[in-house]
Amino acid sequence: MQTAIEHFPVLIVAISLFSAITILVAGWINKKTPPFISIATILAQFVASILILNHVLTKGPIHYWLGGWKPPWGIEYVVDVLNAYVLVILLFLGLACAVYSKRSIEHELPHKIVSFYAIYQLLITGLCGVTVTGDIFNMYVFIEIMSLSAYALIGSRGKIALKASFTYLVLGSIGACFFLLGIGFLYSVTGSLNMHDLSLLLPPLYGNRIVKAAFVLFIVGLSIKMAFFPLHTWLPDAHAFAPSEISAMLSGIIIEVCTYAFIRLAFSVFSVNFIRLLPIFDILCWVAGIAIIMGSILAMTQFNLKRMLAYSSVANMGYIMLAVGLSTSARNYPWCGLTPALMHILNHALMKGCLFLVAGAFIYKADLWDITELRGLGRKMPYTCAAFVIAAISMIGVPPSVGFVSKLYIIFASLEAKKFAFVAILLVSSLLNLIYFWRVIETMYMKGEEGEEHSHASISSKDEIPLSMLIPVLTLASLCIVMGVLWLAGITIPALNKVNAMFGLVVIR
Amino acid sequence: MIEGAESLRPWLAIACPALSAILVLLFSKRPNVREGWTLLATIVQFSIIFSMVPMILEGTVIESYLFTMFPGIHFGFKVDAFGLIFAITSSFLWILVSIYSIGYMRALREHAQTRYYFCFAFAIFGAVGVALSGNLVTMFIFYEILTISTYPLVAHEQTPEALFAGRKYLAYLFTAGSFLLGAVVLTYSLAGTTDFNKGGILTMAFAPRSVLMILFILFLLGFMKAAYMPFHSWLPTAMVAPTPVSALLHAVAVVKAGVFGIVRTVCYIYGIDLMHELGLGIMLASFAAFTMIVASLFAIAQDNLKRRLAYSTISQLSYIVLGVALLSPMGITGAMIHIPFHGFMKITLFLCAGSILVASGKENISEMAGIGRAMPMTMFAFTVGALGMCGTPPIAGFISKWFFSLGAIQSGQIAFLCVILIASLLDVVYFFPIIRTAFFGKMLEIETLSGDREEKVVVLSEKVQTKEGKRPIYLFMVVPLAITAFFSILFCFFPQAFHLYDLAQKAVKDIFGGM
Repeated sequence: MQTAIEHFPVLIVAISLFSAITILVAGWINKKTPPFISIATILAQFVASILILNHVLTKGPIHYWLGGWKPPWGIEYVVDVLNAYVLVILLFLGLACAVYSKRSIEHELPHKIVSFYAIYQLLITGLCGVTVTGDIFNMYVFIEIMSLSAYALIGSRGKIALKASFTYLVLGSIGACFFLLGIGFLYSVTGSLNMHDLSLLLPPLYGNRIVKAAFVLFIVGLSIKMAFFPLHTWLPDAHAFAPSEISAMLSGIIIEVCTYAFIRLAFSVFSVNFIRLLPIFDILCWVAGIAIIMGSILAMTQFNLKRMLAYSSVANMGYIMLAVGLSTSARNYPWCGLTPALMHILNHALMKGCLFLVAGAFIYKADLWDITELRGLGRKMPYTCAAFVIAAISMIGVPPSVGFVSKLYIIFASLEAKKFAFVAILLVSSLLNLIYFWRVIETMYMKGEEGEEHSHASISSKDEIPLSMLIPVLTLASLCIVMGVLWLAGITIPALNKVNAMFGLVVIR
Repeated sequence: MIEGAESLRPWLAIACPALSAILVLLFSKRPNVREGWTLLATIVQFSIIFSMVPMILEGTVIESYLFTMFPGIHFGFKVDAFGLIFAITSSFLWILVSIYSIGYMRALREHAQTRYYFCFAFAIFGAVGVALSGNLVTMFIFYEILTISTYPLVAHEQTPEALFAGRKYLAYLFTAGSFLLGAVVLTYSLAGTTDFNKGGILTMAFAPRSVLMILFILFLLGFMKAAYMPFHSWLPTAMVAPTPVSALLHAVAVVKAGVFGIVRTVCYIYGIDLMHELGLGIMLASFAAFTMIVASLFAIAQDNLKRRLAYSTISQLSYIVLGVALLSPMGITGAMIHIPFHGFMKITLFLCAGSILVASGKENISEMAGIGRAMPMTMFAFTVGALGMCGTPPIAGFISKWFFSLGAIQSGQIAFLCVILIASLLDVVYFFPIIRTAFFGKMLEIETLSGDREEKVVVLSEKVQTKEGKRPIYLFMVVPLAITAFFSILFCFFPQAFHLYDLAQKAVKDIFGGM
């Protein structure tokens, strides 16, 4: 007999999908309803995800067989601590963006409200699906649902955004092909698609070249999807021209969910023992190191605020992948295994979500895109700018913000792995972050608006964005500090450590 | 004998400036209430900190930890005698500088005063946090808060020059922060703890000699706030800040946090024995000696009064570093009491510079001819501060210089005794011309006013030229500087005022183990 909560994984995906259709129908009848349906759905999903997390932490993983078919024949949804954690983050950010987008979309895309919310809901469906599934082919399907809706949302502003969307479409499809090829390779040697089943069938085949090739294909395919450094070229345009809430979702959670998919494949389908056979994680670390530095340097050269944030995301994916790369060598509590990587997934979602929403607020108020146009805005939009400052100093890594904690944990992990070069890279990167974020802060607060281009003259003396946009921004900003303190206090670390225990990444003492 | 006592007092002391920062924001529309909160917070904070003195003198160590960050690293405070000296200095001077700020900011009709008071409170939050922290990681957290919160104060004027200064300030101090973080994590990975311990936590057994040397250099680079040469140039540049900021932050809180960190590292992380063993004392002392002499030479060449004071600060900070580097009880006592003494004297000088600026709009020494007759109180206080810097009795500077000299003899390094004496001589060389110009120079008939700052004060300057204190607002400025000048003299006769000397002795006794 299953308890109600054990049905939640499938319900989360299902109600999201139904709500996408409902929005279309309801929006056809009354144009005002879509935002409310969307917010209500995601709120319900969010509550469900918290219940799942609680259940998983107290009672262990949830296994749900779709249609009652026994795996490996049927599709299985498996939720353990790792999924539940990512699920909570993604629905929280999704909720914040949905609340924010009510006013912002009315302003930016007044004629496309219905289709925007329908596709947004599909995006959430795809993201949830990737997270809860325990079937490798099902994961592929959901990644595609997620990506296709992302292509549509990015292109929704038309004109130049269409080009950005098309670039993403082409590269994303190539990534999907790699991923599919990887699945095919694995299927050809094992005849199974269920992750748990695969993990049992694969160990004798670890020496097999097809299996190794499949792993590499997964890495390349997902690296494109997660904009890992040399394969990041689609990302800056897509982030810059998408509506801001979609930029926030893209940067804050979509690429992170792809990282989740990678972690899941690497540690659940394959295993630590397999990874130790190949030097692949060492290579990953170095590429990530280059990503951190290059992403920051490219961010410094940008004039457009959202493009700058986009390059900063490239650097931050480097942080996460560096932490993943170090996960097999760091074994001391509390920075052992995947803890720093998972920590930065949440931290980056908070910081970058906040920053993109603030960038969106500037566009909403006065159509400000370039950094130089923000002169003296700190006085006119005090709360929004304060949120930006908090998120920006988190990115720089000033204690006690979340960015500082991530930096500290990754540094400890690399010290333990005896890879001192990464300590230097992390410290240098926080200086580079300082340079490009401080430029914005300085422009907002320290430069008067006497300049010849008085671009936001339309804003009167003090003019904040509407409350429904301000609340998500301020919530995310304050969480940047609150979570930082919680991480430092180590309250949330034991939960993450269960993930490490699950994957055999921790020394039990 | 030594026991730990749980107490919430460090938290309360820290909470005062943090709360006042929030209240300042809330009452931004009502300046009088806003400044009232600041003043209240300053006084409450000082009382709380001062109330810890008796316990510390009895040999108790006040500890209060909130949570464990990493195995062996707890976030929280451990108040010992040395930390308390720094905390008393910064919190007491915060009272005076807050009063002074009211006069200064209103007389000059400065913009963004709410931001100014907000950031000021946060800077004190950082400085007192640094003083009371129980380990390197906690200290690092407050150290970084101090860096970030002082940026808006440095760049306050928002002129291109101020913005440049702000950037330079951040570039230097944030780089330093990165080095410090590197040093902290390396220490932790070597020793497994970062607590400040009387005998030091590192020993030769932990790592090869070269690693310990490199670690020490990382620490030194991390404490770039101490403005030793050749990493000093941010400090004179930062003098574009409003004068109360230069006074408290660049004579007391920020730079002293750097020096404080060096003392902590030498005495409580490395320990005297290890420093001897590695021969780091001589290295550090040579650095300090170089800075003392060269910064004094630089100071002679400055015409801008605040910049000259800045170079004087650079030179004086290195006295403290030298005192520690001598590794002798007397030297360390000198270093510890020079932190408050130099704070009091230098703040007097800065406050005087600010009063002159407000009253007459003059920033350069060459324009100050005869100003001593127009502003007798201010210039008298200035003379007291300047004499103290040179180490003349009966001013506090004499006491510290006495201990430094004794320290040099005690550790048998006569060369450094000579350096101290030469540096004192150079202090005379750059301070006396100011006094001479001010009192005996002939006052110019027509001032050449230039720049926008002058426009603000030109209305006021006519009246104030002759007598200070005519307008009540100037009382806010004259009284604090008179008090600091008074204390500078008092400390010479009664070094145990505020228990500063007792605390220093207590700290030194702990370090050297019942000497």
